[in-house]
Amino acid sequence: MSDLLYSEEEEALRAAVRDLLADHCDAPGVIARTESDTPHDLAAWKALADGMGLAGLLVPEDKGGQGASHREAAVVLEELGRAVAPVPYLTSAVVATEALLACDADDLLAELASGRRIGALAVALNIAPGGAYKVVRHEGGALHGELTAVADVQAADVLLVPADDGGLYAVDASAVTVTPQIPFDLTRPLATVTLDGTRGRLLGDAETAVHRALRAGAGLLASEQLGLADWTLTETVRYLKERKQFNRPVGGFQALKHRLAQLWLEVVNLRAAARNAADALATGEDTDVAVAVAQAYAASVAVHAAEEALQLHAGIGMTWEHPVHLYLKRAKADSIAYGTAGAHRARLAELVDLQAP
Amino acid sequence: MTDAAELKRRTAELLAAHPPASTDRLDFLKARFDAGLAWVHYPEGLGGLNAPRSLQAVVDAELEAAGAPDNDPRRNGIGLGMAAPTILKYGTEEQKQRYLRPLWVGEEIWCQLFSEPGAGSDLAALGTRAVRQDDGDWVVNGQKVWTSGAHNSRWAILIARTDPDVPKHAGITYFICDMADPGVDVRPLRQITGEAEFNEVFLTDVRIPDDRRLGEVGDGWRVAQTTLNNERVAIGGMRLPREGGMIGPVSRTWRERPELRTQDLHQRLLKLWVDSEVARLTAERLRQQLVAGQPGPEGAGMKLGFARLNQEISGLEVELRGEEGLLYDDWTMRRPELVDFTGRDAGYRYLRSKGNSIEGGTSEVLLNIVAERVLGLPAEPRTDKDVAWKDLAR
Repeated sequence: MSDLLYSEEEEALRAAVRDLLADHCDAPGVIARTESDTPHDLAAWKALADGMGLAGLLVPEDKGGQGASHREAAVVLEELGRAVAPVPYLTSAVVATEALLACDADDLLAELASGRRIGALAVALNIAPGGAYKVVRHEGGALHGELTAVADVQAADVLLVPADDGGLYAVDASAVTVTPQIPFDLTRPLATVTLDGTRGRLLGDAETAVHRALRAGAGLLASEQLGLADWTLTETVRYLKERKQFNRPVGGFQALKHRLAQLWLEVVNLRAAARNAADALATGEDTDVAVAVAQAYAASVAVHAAEEALQLHAGIGMTWEHPVHLYLKRAKADSIAYGTAGAHRARLAELVDLQAP
Repeated sequence: MTDAAELKRRTAELLAAHPPASTDRLDFLKARFDAGLAWVHYPEGLGGLNAPRSLQAVVDAELEAAGAPDNDPRRNGIGLGMAAPTILKYGTEEQKQRYLRPLWVGEEIWCQLFSEPGAGSDLAALGTRAVRQDDGDWVVNGQKVWTSGAHNSRWAILIARTDPDVPKHAGITYFICDMADPGVDVRPLRQITGEAEFNEVFLTDVRIPDDRRLGEVGDGWRVAQTTLNNERVAIGGMRLPREGGMIGPVSRTWRERPELRTQDLHQRLLKLWVDSEVARLTAERLRQQLVAGQPGPEGAGMKLGFARLNQEISGLEVELRGEEGLLYDDWTMRRPELVDFTGRDAGYRYLRSKGNSIEGGTSEVLLNIVAERVLGLPAEPRTDKDVAWKDLAR
């Protein structure tokens, strides 16, 4: 049975990341950044990756990383979710890194692990592990094509691009055209990538690498969703203890108490599911089922928590100045990222032999 | 400190002295109790060795591997889960010696005389009266309801009002009631399922000696909190395999009967399968926290989740069975010793699980507990707090 608790080291890591994000990613700052030319907080990224060495958690020490595991990366993602931090951690330190771990590309892996360079897997953010993804044309030693809805690519130095010959290619970001799209979730920017005879370096088999990358992304996304849901619940409870209407704290009305208690139960459940997925990714046992279960469960909880937070904050919750909209947008986008709950349930139907009619 | 190795050694000694194959079941259980291997965290002489609670699993695994009989904990759930910890905490030395051993081995079954027709969720409003006599004994009159297993029980834990002139929580005292007393009248209460697993219990001039009082006079509400808190702990402590709960039978039916499958049922089944697996993981996480000595508040919500799941899954299962879902296995009024969800059909499970959100604290009360004690939200306004029980609206 997997270890569903947090170790003392993991709690210390959480505290350190939370401290750092309190300095870098306060809500007004994150809101202001969404309307600036630099949607990513690269100072926060540098502090996390370079300062704390967290970009290399999943990379073995002999390949230039920290030799930690998905359990620790999950704790980092919980805190990033709590802050809706605009840093390319999930996309570079988890997804791109996992793709490289599946290939023989130690130099790139070491660069990503050090945080000196940022990587992005050039697959649309909504693709589920095992799902069909778009590839570019490999012709005459060069790559041609257009890929859309690629996350965090504006911050990336290197793109990992799947091609129609079955290979995964490393492409320098400066060699492609990156056109920002207007994202629903302003804290995780999306872009179109156009390759027009771009030279790439063959890394390995795309299918294996993409599957491994998306599975880890989906599994650890649940921890980001947990952090997000936990923040919205905590903040809503705090607000409802203070906010008075009808000469009482609003949080004393039973109709609202029951909704918050129900939400708390969902968050408790999500914590167990997310820990289980992180542990399964770390140990390699029961991984497919654990990831599918976590992703089939997580989206509805995160969206529900954010929607309740908005409704229970009422008027102020509907404003641009209050951060709850950042959480709702992230939660709703996360419900599509790395596969919808429905896609993961369909996968589960095969894994646990509950076949469709 | 008793460690795992010491417990293994003692378990091996017990098995050597009382080989399960050639020892009478009850004799073996008594020997196990006397060896301190019944509940290892209890004190020596009372079935335990003052060992960490988590090490019980070590003993249980060794005994199971040796094919030793267990004490069929489901049969005496209230005794083991609720009466025993309350007796341990509030009982006199004589009471502990008298009651715990036959309780643990299952010779004496216990039930719980708490709920009343006029006091369900508002348990402290109870009206069953216990009046002190000149010789110090108590005479009890009143009616209790929804008493599981009263028809099989030797003893009951009972709360009764001993002072109607003070606010409701202050005037309650906790007793051990002899179910064999002629003033105790147990009547089956036939339920929605057709069977009578519960009872009404009428108490008419039941005489309870003062040495069967648990805790101080008027302190019964505090004593009852120990009972009720343990009721909730017991629910979170189970370790289930995947598909170990109600999702198991319906998943098996789905696999074995492809002709019953529809798209709509498939989507609902998958969602409930995920919810069941997640609830199982939450229970496992709570168990790991208890073992690690860092109990979390998760237990307060577990029962809420399982109640909803059981109801939704069994509802789905009735629909899945199509024509068979129109039928019911047996409406005969029976008096089961324990609730058996797996031995009956889907229709039974559907109806019985409706009780899961009512028994042991309604879902509404549990949501209030989570909101107030876990999330720290303001309590409901209390209009009954400083009012004597006899002056409350009824």
